[in-house]
Amino acid sequence: MRTDTGGDPSERVDAERLAALPPLPADDDGPVFEAPWQAQAFALAVKLSEEGHFTWKEWAGTLADELAAAEARGEPDDGSQYYHHWVAALERLVVDRRLSTSTALDDRKEAWADAYRHTPHGQPVELSTSLSQALAEDRIDRL
Amino acid sequence: MDESEGRPVGRRGFIRDAAVGAAAFAAPGKLMADETETHSHSHDHDHDHQDVPPDIALRVRALESVLVEKGMVDSAALDEIVDTYENRIGPRNGAEVVARAWVDSAYRERLLADGTAAIGELGHLGGQGEHMKVVANTPEVHNLVVCTLCSCYPWPTLGLPPVWYKSAPFRARAVIEPREVLSEFGLDLPEDVEVRVWDSTAEIRYLVLPERPAGTEGMTEEELVEIVTRDSMIGVARVETPSGGEPGGDA
Repeated sequence: MRTDTGGDPSERVDAERLAALPPLPADDDGPVFEAPWQAQAFALAVKLSEEGHFTWKEWAGTLADELAAAEARGEPDDGSQYYHHWVAALERLVVDRRLSTSTALDDRKEAWADAYRHTPHGQPVELSTSLSQALAEDRIDRL
Repeated sequence: MDESEGRPVGRRGFIRDAAVGAAAFAAPGKLMADETETHSHSHDHDHDHQDVPPDIALRVRALESVLVEKGMVDSAALDEIVDTYENRIGPRNGAEVVARAWVDSAYRERLLADGTAAIGELGHLGGQGEHMKVVANTPEVHNLVVCTLCSCYPWPTLGLPPVWYKSAPFRARAVIEPREVLSEFGLDLPEDVEVRVWDSTAEIRYLVLPERPAGTEGMTEEELVEIVTRDSMIGVARVETPSGGEPGGDA
């Protein structure tokens, strides 16, 4: 399993930027993720910074603050929660920079949860599907 | 998508048009991006709705969809990064399960009887409550896993699905002509080997227990973990005997 190259190396995030962060879960070949959402959160921070919404240094600082706060709360410092803190830092920075609001993010989260609850297996989970439409399809599906 | 060309799977002909599936995990507004057609049927299950992902995953999805919508970040660019790490997302757990089954016959029995519980023993179940069924390859039977409807995949044990797994050609052809598909992956099965194709559902995900290759009798469990490939656990490859004491390698 170790020799998979994982696609185009040019899309890999350079070691210099990674080194500027509080040490993230990684092995000799770079970052490792336990779940897809972790890789998605990772990609978001990288791209938002590349797009100039914040600098990488600001990102590293926010993440470090979040990790320090967790430590102060007495949470285990074993790396298991690293990406939870990553997401919390990302939300904070996004709100601080007025890229979005906490309310908008919360609402969107609930909308996604609803979409999952009402989308049958095999169909894409989409926010655009209204609840009533999803329910109607569901009924047809079950006839 | 050009980046698929450089991958180990890129050389396989039918996979080339699979790049559309690459966006599956990160695309805004969609979970399974390659799934654009409307299905008129569903799997025969009492509860065939999709499990709601854990709260943290929904928070990430909310961030992403809001920011993409506002044009602050490009979803294709996000996909490219995630795809780059495709093989870096939890892929070794399944290999640990297979290696344990190879060295511990009691574990193997438990694994085949109740995959969910046996994989859970090693701590590798995800938060989405999927049931795992493990199917064993033998000299007489070869198993292949597919999700014909979308791209269900046991990512807590196998990592992110490879691009070709999500592709329409693989999903369709794996059921219609599995031998030809396997042949394109470089796996030519003798006529007398039965091929069983397992179609994943929202509730049941499959993991292939490949045969332990000859010549590995002296290897430790840890060494065996290194030779088990993702492809062998989907059923599109065998586990090869490592040559020259250099375990590992997907090629």
